[in-house]
Amino acid sequence: MKKFFVYLVLTVIALIMLYPLLWLVGASFKSNREIYSSIWFMPEKFDFEVYAKAWKTNTGYTMGHYFLNTFAVIVPKTVFAVVSSVLTAYGFARFDFPLKKFFFSMLMGGMFMPSIVTIMPMYIMWGKLGFLDSYVPLTLPSLFACEGMFVFMLIQFFRRLPKELDEAARIDGCGTFRTLFYVLIPCIKPAVISVAVFNFLWTMNDFLNPLIFINSTEKYTLSLALRTSVDSTGQGYEECKVIAMSVIGLIPSIAVFAAAQKKFISGITVGGIS
Amino acid sequence: MKKNYHNSVGVGKYTGLVLISPFIAGFFIFILYPFVCSFVTGMTNYDNIHQPEFVGFENYINMFSDSDFINAVGVTLKYTLLFVPLKIIVSLFTALLLSLEIKGIGIFRTVFYIPSVLGANLAVVIMWQYLFTRNGLVNQFLEIIGISPVSWYGNPDCSIFIIILLRLWEFGSAMVIFLTALRDIPKEYYDAAKVDGCGKVKSFFLITLPLLKNVIFMNIVLQTISALQEFNAPYMITHGEPLNNTYTVGMLIYDEMFKYYNAGYANAVSWVLFMLTAIVVFIMFRITGRLKEEMQ
Repeated sequence: MKKFFVYLVLTVIALIMLYPLLWLVGASFKSNREIYSSIWFMPEKFDFEVYAKAWKTNTGYTMGHYFLNTFAVIVPKTVFAVVSSVLTAYGFARFDFPLKKFFFSMLMGGMFMPSIVTIMPMYIMWGKLGFLDSYVPLTLPSLFACEGMFVFMLIQFFRRLPKELDEAARIDGCGTFRTLFYVLIPCIKPAVISVAVFNFLWTMNDFLNPLIFINSTEKYTLSLALRTSVDSTGQGYEECKVIAMSVIGLIPSIAVFAAAQKKFISGITVGGIS
Repeated sequence: MKKNYHNSVGVGKYTGLVLISPFIAGFFIFILYPFVCSFVTGMTNYDNIHQPEFVGFENYINMFSDSDFINAVGVTLKYTLLFVPLKIIVSLFTALLLSLEIKGIGIFRTVFYIPSVLGANLAVVIMWQYLFTRNGLVNQFLEIIGISPVSWYGNPDCSIFIIILLRLWEFGSAMVIFLTALRDIPKEYYDAAKVDGCGKVKSFFLITLPLLKNVIFMNIVLQTISALQEFNAPYMITHGEPLNNTYTVGMLIYDEMFKYYNAGYANAVSWVLFMLTAIVVFIMFRITGRLKEEMQ
């Protein structure tokens, strides 16, 4: 009886979690009248033409174009973030050096710095350097381990590995980097994958940074393209088209989460990352 | 006094420093510089084109007679105060449910986490916008269960809840942190409590809560910081309306910068937002007296 009650509560929450998304997919096939008259997610009929229309968008470029733009940001950004965060975490977790405590509190402090505070001066700085309306402001900061959360999570993982591992590698003649690449990284693979996945998702979701740094439609990322479509769609227009675009926009995140789910969940549960 | 550095044989004391050097450079370029810069720019009249003109603390003083700013601070604080406790309660409650060892719990864990994965994705924000329209899913549902529909966008008291509900829906990130902490509590504690005649509720308050103190605190700090910065949802969903009732400080900064070209004022406000965040976080640290512990 008690178990039944627990399952009931869990199911209700699961419905609240999933139904809006299910509804979104269904609504992409609905007429405006249908959207606003039924809470049931199944559409009266499936007509995939709406997705062909949504793919074309009304911005002059196809969704494919915006996908490529988004990946042009994500790929370098992810590589940068993984490399720089692993090196920084390795340094903090495995080495003793002057002012270590000071630098560690810098790391903690940086984590608490709201991005909306730094973004305005960054806009002025990138403007002076002539990098506005390019992907440099979106990708380059990742090269400098700017996401304190990632470093922090990796440090937790490094600390769980016995120090003897390093010592053994050193006795076998491995230097600092070879110890990292051949001994330690294979042990913390889930954490490294989590960093990459988080970076992918956050970049996919990022709206404020592209909004501020990118001006020309040609260079828009997915989130900006979505915003433009919403803004240019008047009331009473075909709502399903915007909804279909949103569905397409969610696919990469869901796909990556589904693919990496197992490793990813074990990564976050140890690191306690948000 | 000479300090000893505990490193492996053959490792110099600067090796670690070299490894973290990108971070150090990044900290100065992308955190410290903008931080100082926003304070300095905040003391100028600057439209992002002409030469900035130094005006001292004028921007900072003007803020206090700017009704938009005062309103935005009020909205942001109200939002934070409503949202953070709700989010902690919801995520702790679900984490407790998910920590039960019952069949199929793994599926629920994944499902509960999905909204957080999609997080601030604009597609989700657009979806949310549709859910709360006059004849949207939420109102249709309310009608079915016999509650009269709510004018979510029109009612000044309701509009903020559209955003609160969106962020609550994404409780997964906070939940995962709780879940990890719950897993680390030794089962023996509960067994011992049971022997001593403690009920479930009593052992929650006597064992679980005290042991979760640190993570609860960490979650509160993280959620507060993100709540004080809220921008995407009010910008896209409510546009700060109605009557500026969802107009957050984040939106004000954006508008001053890109709509009215007051870069000086925008920077001053963003600096004040930082101070506000710092003060709120500092007060929390003081209340819990945990500053030293967290900093190690």
